[in-house]
Amino acid sequence: MTLELHSASKVVRGITHIKPTTLTLQPGHFNVLLGQTGAGKTSLIKLMAGLDPLASGRIVMGGEDVSRLTPQKRNISLVHQFFVNYPHMTVFDNIASPLRVAGMARSEIEDRVAEAAQILQLVPMLKRRPQELSGGQQQRCALARAIAKESRAVFLDEPLANLDYKLREELREQLPELFAGRGAVVVYATSEPEEALLLGGATALMDDGTVTQFGPTAEIYRKPATLAAARVFSDPPINAAAITKTGTTASLPSGVHWTLTGAPAALPDGAYTMAIRPHHVLPVRQTPGDVAITGTVQVTELSGSESSAHFLMGTDSWVSLTHGVHPYRVGEDHDFFLDPTHAFYFEPGGRLVA
Amino acid sequence: MKTENQKAWLFVLPVLLLVAFNALIPIMTVVNYSVQETFGNNVFFWQGLDWFEQILRSDRFHAALGRQFMFTFLILIIEVPLGIIIALSMPRQGMWVPVCLVLMALPMLIPWNVVGAMWNIFTLPDIGLLGYLMNHTLGITYDMTQDPLAAWITIVTMDVWHWTSLVVLLSYAGLVSIPDAYYQAAKIDGASPWKVFRYIQLPKMKTVLTIAILLRFMDSFNIYTEPFVLTGGGPGNSTTLLSIDLVKIALGQFDLGPAAAMSLIYFAITLLVSWLFYTLMTKDDAE
Repeated sequence: MTLELHSASKVVRGITHIKPTTLTLQPGHFNVLLGQTGAGKTSLIKLMAGLDPLASGRIVMGGEDVSRLTPQKRNISLVHQFFVNYPHMTVFDNIASPLRVAGMARSEIEDRVAEAAQILQLVPMLKRRPQELSGGQQQRCALARAIAKESRAVFLDEPLANLDYKLREELREQLPELFAGRGAVVVYATSEPEEALLLGGATALMDDGTVTQFGPTAEIYRKPATLAAARVFSDPPINAAAITKTGTTASLPSGVHWTLTGAPAALPDGAYTMAIRPHHVLPVRQTPGDVAITGTVQVTELSGSESSAHFLMGTDSWVSLTHGVHPYRVGEDHDFFLDPTHAFYFEPGGRLVA
Repeated sequence: MKTENQKAWLFVLPVLLLVAFNALIPIMTVVNYSVQETFGNNVFFWQGLDWFEQILRSDRFHAALGRQFMFTFLILIIEVPLGIIIALSMPRQGMWVPVCLVLMALPMLIPWNVVGAMWNIFTLPDIGLLGYLMNHTLGITYDMTQDPLAAWITIVTMDVWHWTSLVVLLSYAGLVSIPDAYYQAAKIDGASPWKVFRYIQLPKMKTVLTIAILLRFMDSFNIYTEPFVLTGGGPGNSTTLLSIDLVKIALGQFDLGPAAAMSLIYFAITLLVSWLFYTLMTKDDAE
């Protein structure tokens, strides 16, 4: 079964929330919607779930046009960022609720709830009420409901955002196997590039109410189609700088220049934007081809396994991310080395050219 | 750890004094009256529990208590469901929200004796807008000064008009605090409006509803001003509620002893029923 959007759009009181979007989502892997807050991830999910009406276009699930169907008829599940469970029902009744509404036989309901509870380690809590559970257990209860229902599409709208760090990592590891082999189209919305990479599958980059790029996650990470896409898919933020290309030489406003090879060298002369991820701007020279730049360190952050430095070069702010602990002195000048073979080049309009 | 000094008590003292003056001392005065007989001139005779016995055995007290329970029962059974229904039908967003809220709050802002006077004038058979309309235009006999049933309908309607808003506003506050996500979950499950009410809205409104019911119980059980101004307890004794009867005994007949005993019994009943309500309504959470 696939989930297809055909120029689907959403307009609320004259304001466009989702621009006409065409997308085909496949089962068998996670489909990540990656975008910053306000990019339209939740709007798009609500549109696909049938919670909001389409302004134009069609939504097709498994060959069937579901554009006019209610959320219930579409047979979908939705797990929210908040832990949404019926407050006065036990965990068992919560997981069973969609099955009961569907009029399923009691014995089958019990089997399905037992299976879902087993997978999500909720068996000892089946008789408790949601408010007696921890946040992680409440969210697992919501996930169990989605699994027991065996719906055609599962929408996970930042389901881990309100969990603490450790639980988040634990649940994130479990998520892909929870839905593996169930044949449902799984859509996972997040604002964290790291989550998209960890969950794999396909990624749709969202920006300003539209999908700017869609494809296998690794491919999108390696080849962001636009500068905006590159920015969304980088944490810490990607470094972007204006360059001028003359012949095979690229130069920064500060005068630093290097020789272009391969595809970038073939570009017509002119002004471009170069973007390079923070982990390709290092405090130590790695290869002879590295370009040395000097900047004044403004802020440093240590995470234990990584150190990052925000430095100013002219008026441009840059970020460097390196393994291990690196001693920076805030306020002083440091040399950094960027590897131009990992740089992206965008034309002035923001499209990737090399 | 050993307490080094007792200075902390000084900080509690102001509150202690305040509570003493506004609660303990008045109550103890009433207790004092309830066990003695006085004929003025500060002369007191010990009566023991005689007044309590007299009140508890009196038919007049039983009748007033019965009317009081009837009144409170009617108020709760009408105002709570009506309040919830109005709250459910109010808009959750948009320009009409403030308009509705202000309209709802208006009756509650009117002083109690003014409400009584308004409804008195409104329902008088010959000059009141409603009274005249009923009797002279529609030809329906309606006279709350003569007919006990009409008097009851009038005081209950007046209280519903005055205080349903409280239930509405509290329920509404409970309703708007429910995140949209719950309604979306219900939509995805295909739950009917009744199920949405039963399994999402009602449980989420429970805390505020408990408070609303308690407040409405206490207020309606202790009501005095509005029925006093509207009917004065009549016709006959048909709308003489407990507090009206109490004032008649204390200030009309100047029977301070029995009135004090009755006050304490009245207070005990209010306290007991409030506690029962509260325990029953919050029992679920304690499980």
